Amino acid sequence: MKIKQISVFLENKRGRLLEATESLAKAGINIRALSIADTSEFGILRLIVPESEKAKEVLENSNFTVRENDVIAVGVSDSPGGLASILRILNDAGINVEYAYAFVQKSGEKAVVVLRIEDPETGIKALREKGVMLLSSLDVQQL
Amino acid sequence: MFWQEEIETIDSKNLEKLQLERLQKTVRCVYENVPFYRDKFKDKSLKPDDIKTLQDIRKLPFTTRDDLRLNYPYGLLAVPKNGGVVRLHTSSGTTGKPKAIFFSKNDVNQSAELIARCLVMTGVKSDDILQNMMTYGLFTGALVMHYGAEKVGILVIPAGPGNTERQIALMQDFSSTCLHLTPSYALYLSEVMESKGIMPKRDLSLRRAYLGAEPYSEETRKKLEQMLGIDIYNSYGLSEMNGPGVAFECINKDGMHIWEDNFIVEILDQETGEPVTEGQQGELVLTTLCREGMPFLRYRTKDIAKIIPGKCRCGRTHKRISRILGRVDDMFIVRGVNIFPQQIERVLMSIKGVAQNYQIHLEAYDKMLVKVEIEQDFFDGNIEHLLILKSKITEKLKSEILITPKVELLEPSTLPMSEGKTQRVIDRRTL
Repeated sequence: MKIKQISVFLENKRGRLLEATESLAKAGINIRALSIADTSEFGILRLIVPESEKAKEVLENSNFTVRENDVIAVGVSDSPGGLASILRILNDAGINVEYAYAFVQKSGEKAVVVLRIEDPETGIKALREKGVMLLSSLDVQQL
Repeated sequence: MFWQEEIETIDSKNLEKLQLERLQKTVRCVYENVPFYRDKFKDKSLKPDDIKTLQDIRKLPFTTRDDLRLNYPYGLLAVPKNGGVVRLHTSSGTTGKPKAIFFSKNDVNQSAELIARCLVMTGVKSDDILQNMMTYGLFTGALVMHYGAEKVGILVIPAGPGNTERQIALMQDFSSTCLHLTPSYALYLSEVMESKGIMPKRDLSLRRAYLGAEPYSEETRKKLEQMLGIDIYNSYGLSEMNGPGVAFECINKDGMHIWEDNFIVEILDQETGEPVTEGQQGELVLTTLCREGMPFLRYRTKDIAKIIPGKCRCGRTHKRISRILGRVDDMFIVRGVNIFPQQIERVLMSIKGVAQNYQIHLEAYDKMLVKVEIEQDFFDGNIEHLLILKSKITEKLKSEILITPKVELLEPSTLPMSEGKTQRVIDRRTL
């Protein structure tokens, strides 16, 4: 089960991240999870939001360069070894992880890990077979 | 198709004969009427009669931009200012006084004739409509083109530059087929069209555009031709030589025919002033042959170009010059290497993923930073692809200019886009 992630290209300019988040705030879009990949000259802001289509439009209207990508979101137990158990499954299935970021839900029982993996179909199948909980877009909206 | 077939296809023997006659007439004219030239002749102990062959042109003194400034405003006139000249144009300088250029009645007519040759050479017919997007006024670009197009007998829309939405509306309302504008404005225009969802091929009647007044690269031409779905022709001119129409591309787009019955072309080594071997690049030096109001001997244009050897398939015998490869003044030096912005542009425009806009920053300690906008569609959220693009740009630039610049990737449309000439090099070095 894939969910939508928004990637935003950010050039190395003061206040650019602020501008991106402010334009989302103005549109009433609540960021569920985020990560920033950065190099010395530019960065990529990755976001999980309830309404990715709307977020993309809002950012594009503010002159940001935006792409929508598919990622998977996995619920893991918020305890030592939670993430490792997921990565073990993917590793055994021979699937590389391009990047991942995690956040903890308010209830504190489960952590959510966002993963961008090679060959998502096989990855999803492997995770499902091991009984891992994959979040749907609907789940993301309710986070 | 020709405007003046006989003269455009003249054989070399007759051309040389004509050039010599006109050169001798011009030399006599400036010797008799322009004190500046008479003094220069005296310094060299030169008399007009010493010019017996075309090769003797090398005995003649140069004319430089500084000479124009020092003799501003009327000093270089060869005819009386009252009654002799009918039009003034100026060319702005980056420092000090502008250069004043005067046209006699015949000069106005002759510059229009040359433009008419140029337009017909690119296939202009009576059903064409020219939207002239150069600046009308003291700058020669728009008016000279305007008169030439009227001479051909086509409708001219004197739009001037800027107000891009109105430009597009004019194109839609009057079905303009030809545009005349600067390369940087053409880039801006095509971006605006794209952002408004206008597809030139579907929504407009454009066939061709004439680009001049700024140097730009072959890669930029290809990019623009693709974006606008038209043919783009290079136009070369400078106010000191009547403005546009000095040299122009024919439909073969392989170099610009320079009208040798009106100008004698020399390509000289910019340092030594000696001729380069044919086909090598150097400074373009021009002598006017038909100018009445302000004839110039061996004017140093500061533009770098080369002669394209061989005959053109179009049948015109007038020599072809390459596109302008740079301006002597634009050249900058980093770590002892001479670099023209056009070299950088050529490299950038050949790389997929790079948008049209870029800027070169020269910083302390001879460091060079190239800021490059990425193309909207290139961004796919993958950081790896951006890093690969960055190193590809760095590598390709290094192999062109032999030093390794720092490359910074920017979001699309963040660099200032001008509706006129764009500043490509920002030099913050304090040397």
